[in-house]
Amino acid sequence: MQAIWLTVRLAGIVTLILLVVGTPIAWGLARTRAWWKVPVGAVVALPLVLPPSVLGFYLLLAMGPQGPVGRLTEALGVGALPFTFWGLVIASVFYSLPFMVQPLQTAFESIGERPLEVAATLRASPVDAFFTVAVPLALPGFITASILTFAHTVGEFGVVLMIGGNVPGVTRVASVQIYDHVEALDYLQAHKLSLVMLLFSFIVLLALYWWRPAARRVG
Amino acid sequence: MAPVARMLLAAFCLALAAPAAAEKITIAAASDLKFAMDEIVADFRKANRADTVEVIYGSSGKFHTQIQQGAPYDLYFSADIGYPRELATGGFAASEVKRYAFGRIVLWSATMDASKMTLASLADPKITRIAIANPRHAPYGKRAQEALRASGLWDKVEPRLVYGESISHAAQFVQTGAAQVGIIALSLALNAGLAGKGGYWLIPDKLHEPLEQGYIITKRAAANPLAKKFDAYMGSAQTRATMVKYGFELPGEAARR
Repeated sequence: MQAIWLTVRLAGIVTLILLVVGTPIAWGLARTRAWWKVPVGAVVALPLVLPPSVLGFYLLLAMGPQGPVGRLTEALGVGALPFTFWGLVIASVFYSLPFMVQPLQTAFESIGERPLEVAATLRASPVDAFFTVAVPLALPGFITASILTFAHTVGEFGVVLMIGGNVPGVTRVASVQIYDHVEALDYLQAHKLSLVMLLFSFIVLLALYWWRPAARRVG
Repeated sequence: MAPVARMLLAAFCLALAAPAAAEKITIAAASDLKFAMDEIVADFRKANRADTVEVIYGSSGKFHTQIQQGAPYDLYFSADIGYPRELATGGFAASEVKRYAFGRIVLWSATMDASKMTLASLADPKITRIAIANPRHAPYGKRAQEALRASGLWDKVEPRLVYGESISHAAQFVQTGAAQVGIIALSLALNAGLAGKGGYWLIPDKLHEPLEQGYIITKRAAANPLAKKFDAYMGSAQTRATMVKYGFELPGEAARR
């Protein structure tokens, strides 16, 4: 139970952070024709193709006391991030970034220039136009992106194993707990938790696929 | 038969015969053996150049499960002799369970001089992260837990523990400095890459149950001559010297301590 609650808390916080961080990135990528659109898009997509062990390895080195991020957090008095809940949050933000940015970018792009131009002629400032026109029109995209981000963070394993240190109630999320049960040959416990994960994933995808045709009708 | 056809036939027979002459084995070895086994296999290859020896390192418990599920390993070296014993009982072994070494645990750090520390030093609140292998399924983790309990430190230390998936994973946490100290295998601390850093302190073995290690030839390799050859090589003077060099105590000799 502790592992499930921890997983839900981690995924929830990561989704909220990525809504704030990912939206401007997605908006920028959708609106711009500048040269940096392609390289930034590629960097955002990196976690899709990188093995989680690569991401975990670099994050461990970066966040460790000798790494650049580790030195910064030590200097700020926060202490080292590996093996902490917030270390996991930061790692997961990187890990799940494309799952927030890409659906949002697609949603923003599908709005097109026209509604925003109309808003501008009605003297809406760009910020006004964003919140009163773009966000409502892209709402299905926000919902899809949030569900995907949440679900993908729940499914995280390799990165957590690399930087988490398997601390109960702090970094021992459900996927790691299942791994532990299997390693300890406790298949009954592993089955129980795996079943919960299986049902959860199925329900999330079911909801998503039901939502999407409806979203298309609205859009 | 035309000469060309005869030549083709001869070439065909040769092609069939060539790979059959070279044998292949895959060894599943506990991760505390990483450096010792690399050296043993390198020496073994010198005498058996035509053959292929592959080694996979990982956690003893995982290999135990995988072999039960038909994993293609010909020899299985476990850090805990209990696992191969279970496999032998279950009919997964083609040899008796052979005891090959006793492991030792050490306190090790990459950032501090651990040779001047003892387990009691772990009570110091300045040490915020201590890495051990997961006691639930890693033999070295179990022994680390026993040693901490026996010295009455477990309650003080537990909130600051981080758990590696295997003993080499725990060593990696310490090597990167992410954990200031760790309890790892002496065989890993004696490796050249780690030995240069910080030093180690040998944890007295009366604080924990012995790390009795054993191996088997698996059932799938029952008819593999190379597996038999490697088995015999494990008893050679050279292999025993390599094991000692990496801090393992050998069965017949441990009694003399």
